[in-house]
Amino acid sequence: MIINHPLLGPRDSAEFTYMGDAKLIDRPDWQEREALAKFIDYGYMRDNPDGVHRELWYHEQGDRSFLVVTRDTTTHEISAVELARDVARSRGRSR
Amino acid sequence: MRYSALRVIKEALTGHKGWTPAWRDVTPQAHYDYIVIGGGGHGLATAYYLARNHGAKKVAVLEKGWIGGGNVGRNTTIIRSNYLLDGNEPFYEHSLKLWEGLEQDLNYNAMVSQRGILNLIHSDAQRDAFTRRGNAMILNGADADLLSTKTIQKRYPFLNVDNARFPIKGGLAQHRGGTVRHDAVAWGYARAADQLGVDIIQNCEVTGFRIEGGRCLGVDTSRGYIAGGKIAACVAGSSGRLMSKAGMRLPIESHVLQAFVSEGLKPVLPGVITFGAGHFYCSQSDKGGLVFGGDIDGYNSYAQRGNLPVVEDVCEGAMAIFPMLGRVRLLRMWGGIMDMSMDGSPIIDRTHIDRLYFNGGWCYGGFKATPASGWCYAHLLATDAPHEFAKAYRFDRFEKGQMIDEKGVGNNPQLH
Repeated sequence: MIINHPLLGPRDSAEFTYMGDAKLIDRPDWQEREALAKFIDYGYMRDNPDGVHRELWYHEQGDRSFLVVTRDTTTHEISAVELARDVARSRGRSR
Repeated sequence: MRYSALRVIKEALTGHKGWTPAWRDVTPQAHYDYIVIGGGGHGLATAYYLARNHGAKKVAVLEKGWIGGGNVGRNTTIIRSNYLLDGNEPFYEHSLKLWEGLEQDLNYNAMVSQRGILNLIHSDAQRDAFTRRGNAMILNGADADLLSTKTIQKRYPFLNVDNARFPIKGGLAQHRGGTVRHDAVAWGYARAADQLGVDIIQNCEVTGFRIEGGRCLGVDTSRGYIAGGKIAACVAGSSGRLMSKAGMRLPIESHVLQAFVSEGLKPVLPGVITFGAGHFYCSQSDKGGLVFGGDIDGYNSYAQRGNLPVVEDVCEGAMAIFPMLGRVRLLRMWGGIMDMSMDGSPIIDRTHIDRLYFNGGWCYGGFKATPASGWCYAHLLATDAPHEFAKAYRFDRFEKGQMIDEKGVGNNPQLH
């Protein structure tokens, strides 16, 4: 698979480490009332869809950026690549 | 029809006209006491042991394709019980014992071959870990044998023991381990289950569950609605896909694992050998092909094919310990979908939906577990209590912090 890195252009997926579902960006707040249940869900439960999946890839052998890759799990076709930083910021995760 | 040497001779002399199909082709009935979803090794074993051990009468196995066309036909056929942890070892040892008596039990030649499995040691730390594992195996009634480099060299003269980076410093052998003809496992269980009255329904894909008031009443299939007393999902590899139809999320990611077969060779490799420094395992099939594999590709996938970086990695592992393989040509390679669970161990449990049961999360170790998985799942279905060997394989072990993590890498499915 070739991942089209937003900053570096097309790169071999072997340069990356897969980090799982992109929903892991939304780490629960530990002070919430339901924090325990939410952390169990966050740590262990996955949607695992067949079809379009948004997932985190870490460019470990490259610029060390995290990417959010939109990929079809039935064909391995990649339809979008974003910087995880931008995705997280657009969700108000950090400033 | 009972298979025997006498029967083979008789049929040979009479033009092979007396053979009958190994199982019936049935149309689904409107209701079954037990519906097993998935006609793979585990599903067929479950149905067989439901009928044999628990006297279940109305059992159906629903298979979306054909019997033996899923992961039971796509694995590397290794059986072993060399596990460390308490939750695992008694279960896998039970499985190995069932393998040992399987052919007599099923009256079917599954080509169970206890040619032994050898895990190579490359460092002092690994020797400590393998010694500990061997002792754990012996404590659980399994066999384990720590071999010296000299013994290994004598038995397997083709191994490169002086690899500069990963010299072979010994090995942990389980002589009762080995290989089994994988398709024959599916066919043997199917035939034996059929003889006990189990309906095996092929080309019957489950398209949805009928759930009312928190209770599962039956399944919608491509061949119509079938009502069931108890519904047993048993589709490792497609668990995420199937259970999402019941609105369930699982502690599982689906990943692709590749396997390889070389061209046929004369006997060169006795037993199963695994490379301890990378991830590579190899055995020789009775047809002569070297069957080998390595790591999963490491990303979510339902496509039954992988990518080239892993192929390269596997072949590097092969060359590191078996330099003789350098000129062997690859015949076939393929991918299978694995239920990679969060701790690398399986789940055999009830779900939160009444009368709906789940068996899955086998990672890439499901084949060796086939008999015990069926045995324990049938016990759970019939008695509503987990079997003593599978009592650790519960859904709630994650929230309780009781993970069964052989590799010690935490909740990273791609690393198990």
